[in-house]
This record gives sequence, structure tokens and C-alpha cells, in this order.
Amino acid sequence: MKVELRNPNTIMKLSRLGSFHQSKLSFLRSFLKEFKDWEYKRDLFDLNEFGYGVAVYSFKKDNRVYSLICFANELKEKDRSDRVIATKWDAAFTLHDGVPTKKDIERLKNEVPKQEVGRLSYKELTLSRANKSVRVFDHVVESLSNGVQPDIGLLSKVGYLYRTTAVYGSGKFGLADRFRIKDRKEICGPFRLEMMLVYLVRQFTFDQVNHVAKNKNPKKAVNLDPDICRNLGIGNSTGLGMAPFIVNHPTLLNNWIYAREVALKKIREIENVESKHSELFKICLKKSIKNITSWNTESEYQQKKIKSLLNDLNIFINFIEKKFNFSKKFAFNEIYLWLEKNSEEECIEYIVSMMMEPYDSIINPLINTMSSDEEKYFNIPTNRTVLELKNILEDKYSKILKIDFLKKENNQNFWFISRNKEEPRLADRFIENGSDLEQPLAIARDIKKLYESLSVFKNSSTIDKFLVSNSDLRHVVRRAFIIEKFPYSEIQDNTIGKSIMPIDMLRLKLSFFGALKFDPRSDKWLRICMFQGAPLPEQLKDYDDHWVYNSLN
Amino acid sequence: MKSLSEIETVSKRSSRAAGFSWGIAEEVGKNIRILEQFGLGGIKNLNYYFRIIKNKNFEKLHLIKDENKISKKEFCPIIAGLSFLDQVRSLEVLKEIKFEKIAYPLLFLPFISRASEVIGKKFELKIDNRVFLLNFNNSIYSNSLNEGVVEIGNSVLIKFKENEDSFEEKEWKELYKLSENTFVEESDSLKQAGAGAGLTDND
Repeated sequence: MKVELRNPNTIMKLSRLGSFHQSKLSFLRSFLKEFKDWEYKRDLFDLNEFGYGVAVYSFKKDNRVYSLICFANELKEKDRSDRVIATKWDAAFTLHDGVPTKKDIERLKNEVPKQEVGRLSYKELTLSRANKSVRVFDHVVESLSNGVQPDIGLLSKVGYLYRTTAVYGSGKFGLADRFRIKDRKEICGPFRLEMMLVYLVRQFTFDQVNHVAKNKNPKKAVNLDPDICRNLGIGNSTGLGMAPFIVNHPTLLNNWIYAREVALKKIREIENVESKHSELFKICLKKSIKNITSWNTESEYQQKKIKSLLNDLNIFINFIEKKFNFSKKFAFNEIYLWLEKNSEEECIEYIVSMMMEPYDSIINPLINTMSSDEEKYFNIPTNRTVLELKNILEDKYSKILKIDFLKKENNQNFWFISRNKEEPRLADRFIENGSDLEQPLAIARDIKKLYESLSVFKNSSTIDKFLVSNSDLRHVVRRAFIIEKFPYSEIQDNTIGKSIMPIDMLRLKLSFFGALKFDPRSDKWLRICMFQGAPLPEQLKDYDDHWVYNSLN
Repeated sequence: MKSLSEIETVSKRSSRAAGFSWGIAEEVGKNIRILEQFGLGGIKNLNYYFRIIKNKNFEKLHLIKDENKISKKEFCPIIAGLSFLDQVRSLEVLKEIKFEKIAYPLLFLPFISRASEVIGKKFELKIDNRVFLLNFNNSIYSNSLNEGVVEIGNSVLIKFKENEDSFEEKEWKELYKLSENTFVEESDSLKQAGAGAGLTDND
């Protein structure tokens, strides 16, 4: 049986993309898989009694070394902020390509803590900073220094000792451009070095908390239990900076979604599901419920989604246990069709992620297809005709073309770059100033405008002639020819409408990162947790690939 | 040192701020990245050009012909370059294209380099006495590097280079003969067991 790929007009709606969950394709999981047999080492740990100083961690294989350099500094209470406008942090990090020399560390000591206003070199690959969850960190220090383990309840509720507030890569602030490293086999999946940084930062937080506790009470202090460590991740506060990324990288977005869609299609096409696979699916599914019941958020929007997800999952598990037989042909296809009929988007996408768990043979080859060489698709095929372009628009943007942008609510917002932090922001164009400096992120509106402009042009004209008098539409002409080849490259929604939920865009990206426990703090930023439950570096060589569902929390 | 990613982003944004559409600004961002990657003064020339266009207009050349003459003002290198890139497939029939007076012609160059990749032909670009050989946007060979800002190209010529060998057949044969010394003569039995053995050619 041949199953069709799911329709981009459905899958690329923001409500659907904002319902995605982590899966075997997620970058933090594929990072661990790739680096599991690398040699991990703590090369330097030079902190004072309060935990301030420098530390270096590395992964090494053959002649390749990646080193995380950590700078932990004293931070006054009043200076601690997760907002992007902050200028000081509890700790700052960079991932260095190779073994850093003393001179490198000295150079970086002056630059890394400054973050956006510092300068890195082509020898550095990623940059980040993080703040303590002071409440949790202090509690852990206090407990350990008294010789007891901390309150698991508190740790479960928060999930981390530190949270990062930005992770930068790909040439920002002088970091190495991607072209310098893109041919390295070990980083052919997206964001692999960003994942490495976050993973090693997590280890630093454990080492630092142990070190401070030990110095506080050398005779009595104990180390944080490795099982407790394993169940702590790294938090992350994420704002709108992430949202335009998925609009600005259409072929990359396509490759992420396409991998997911191909995985689902292939799983649905399995005629006879082996019992070991159906069992593993059921085990992961049941264990994963803990990740939902321990999902704390004050966001009404998210609480509603979690409630709906739990409700649908209970119905689904009941269906699987009592009414479904995996021995029937194309069992996963049956399951998928049942979900489409009986579940909300949040649950459908949750189960889609779960379906991937038993199938390394399907997933592993797809992981290597999730990067993109975007330069290849930049040039516009200007010898194509107006008619051809119109056909692409009618085919690929059929729902977008029906939006009436003369209505105020469909043209309510605009995206801009803030002057003070050079970060993307969203504002109401009828209230705020600056819409004349709008970023080219109103794709739906501009596609509609393109369609209208094409309609008064001769069908047989070529695009080069069309562009002479329509250069303001050049950016969307380029996109239209990209979507022709990459069906999942475009969000099929209005990104400037009154009802837009920007956190859906963040959620999409973060689900591919492998984040858990999305905790929206408004419609424009959220907190997440990464690597919670992941093996510690010392445990990597022999770890359980389904660690995501083995969390104690 | 600035990364190419920073160079592209700042060039794109500044082009938009200078009045170009976002689509054109994206093209300029890519172009300045190319110039800097090849060691030519992209940022410097773009910066000077944007200083000038605050107070001075340039002629927009939208339709490229074999000879392109200005009416009053110098050609804008960005619009002329973009038109060339967009129209290059239909211009291929021409052997040479001449331009009179292009302002800041180094900003024109990367469009031609990219056009070389689009049609799979090398170009020779002459800007007055400077010569550039543009190889499918993979490399640029020139007698004029590190010149800083070039304010005007009074006479600009693009030659389409046919995909021809740069050597004579005699030279090829000589080298080929030498390469044959790496081959081993096959025995009759090996020849009979080779691929397709036992089949007739028309089965």
C-alpha cells in the first residue's frame, strides 16, 4: 500500500506546527547518538570557593576536538535577567574548535562574558550564556553541603539548575561561518554544535554545584546523586528571535518537516508490524505520560492544550489496549486514520512522534537529510513564465490567496528589528511606530500581492520582465520558486494577522531541538527544558536511546 | 574579523535602508559576501556607493542590450547587475556586451560572477584596464586586486567565453599518451571474463 505524504496545506498551519513534539529526529537526540562514542573529558576546572572561574570540557575523536570553555562570574541579584536586554549573566560559554591554548582562554575571558558586544573568532563555533535558577541552585548547595540530597519535588518542578537565554552560532559576532565546518560528518545534522554546547553546560552546572557545596562544608558535603543529575536538564528562555528563523530558512524548514513526513509515511506503509516494535511503541507511549503529568505551566493556553492532550491520550491508550490488534495489516496506518478522526492536533502529533520510536532503520537515514545548502536555491529562474509562477501560487498557496488583507485584522501586526538589541519583534501597526521599516516576514500578504500583480501581466511574459516593474515583490518570487521544489518550506498561515500566536513558531523549532515541557510565559516567549533525563557524559557509551521517557519526574 | 554571515546580513539591511526592495537587498547581501570571500572590497565599495546615492541619482538600466549607453548619469551598478543576472539566458546569444560608465563597478561584478554559474559559461569582465576572469562563481582571477574603492568604470565589457579547451589537441594527445603508461595489458582470459562476456551486443 502506498500512503501519500500529508498535505502541506494542513501540516504547515501554525496551529499544527505549534502542536509538534520532540521525536527521534530531534536534534538533541541525534546529537547524543552521533557523539556517544567520543571521548569526554573535563580538561580544566579552576573555580574559586564560590564557583567563579574557568572550566573546559571536551569531546574528542581521532584528530577532532571540540572544547566548551565556561566562564562563571559573580552576578548581583539586581543584574540577573533572562531578558535579551540583559548585559551580565551567571555564566557565559563558547564552544571552541580544537584545544584552546592559554592565550585563547585569556582572549575569550575578555569577550565571551560580554556576549553580543564581544568579538569571537573563526576558532569559536557557538556562544551562549545562562543564569542560575537561584532558588534551586541555592537549595541544592545547602542540601549537599549538609550531606543530604536535595528535595526531589522542588527539582522536578523546575527541572534544571541553570537556564540559557540565548545560544548563538553560524557566524554571529565573529563566530565561524557554517561553510568552514559544514562538511564534517559528525555535524551534518542541524544545530549539532549548539546541542553540544547545551549538553556540556548541563554537566558544568552539576560540577559547579558540587564544587560550591564541597567548599562550603568540606567535611560533610556530598555530591549530587547521578540519578538526580540525570533528571535535571538545562532550561531555556526563548523569545521572538527564533520565530523569523523558520521564515528566513525555507529549505531548511522543509527538510525538517519533510523528514518527519517521510518517516510517518514509511511507518504507515509497514504491512506487518513486528510485535517487538508494537510493544516498544506502547511502552514508550505509556512511560511518556509522566512527561505530560509533570508538565507545569501557568499559561492557560498551554494548560488547555495539555488537558486536551491527556484526555485524547487516555482515550487512545484505551483504544490501543482494548479495541486494537497490531496483527492486522498496516496497523500504524489504521492508528493514524483513527487519530485523525478522534483526536486533536496536539495528540495526533504526539503519537506521530511516538510511532518513530521503534524504527531506527527508517529514522537514522533521515537524520542526515535535515540540513540544507540554501545557497543552491537562491537564484530566481527568471526564464520561467508568469503563467508558471501563477500556477505555483494557485497550487501551493491556495488558502493564503483567499485571505483578504484589506481587512484590518488580517494586516494587524508587523515584524521589525529592535534598535537596542537587534532582535526581531512583533507590534500592532495601528498603534506602534515603525511599520515603514517592516521586515519581509509578511509572506502571506506579499504572496497575495504577487498573485494580484501577476494577474494583470501577460501569461507568456518571462519573470525577468515581470521583475523590472515589480522589484518590491522579488523576495516572494524567490520563495514561490523554492516552494515549488520544497513543499514544506512555507508556513501556510498569516504571520501578521491579529490572531497570530508567535509561540507556535517557537514551539515548532523547539520541538525539533528536542525540548520538553513548553511553558509559555506570554504569547511571545516561553521556557523549556532540554536534556532532562539524558545520560550524563560518563554514561554515554552505553545509553538507552529512549531516555526521554525514563525521566524520574 | 567579521564573519561572512555578518557581512551578508549587514549588507542586506543597509541596502534596504538605502532604498532598495527587500528582494534586491537580499541579492546585494549575497554579492558582498561573494566579493569579500574572494578578497575584493565589497564592504568598502558598498559603503562608498551608499554615501554617494544619498545626494546623487544614478541611471537604472533595466533592459540590457549589446551596447548600453547612458543618457545623462552613470549606471547604478546594482540595477544594471541585477538586470544582467536576470536576463543572462537571453543575452547568451551575444558574444560581447558593452556598458558605458557604471558607477562603483565592483558592485556590478558579483552579479556577473553569479550569471556565469547560471549559464555555465566563463565570463571575461573588463573594467577599463582591469580584467577579471569569472569562473562559474567558483573563483575570480584578476590582474587587479586590493584596489580599494573604484568609483567609476568608464568602459565596461563582458565577453562570454565559450566552453572551449585552453589547449591544442596535439598537447592533449601527448599528455594522454603519457597517462596510458598507468594501464596494464589484459590477458586473453581476463578479456573473456569481463563484463558482458558471453552476450552478443544486440541481445
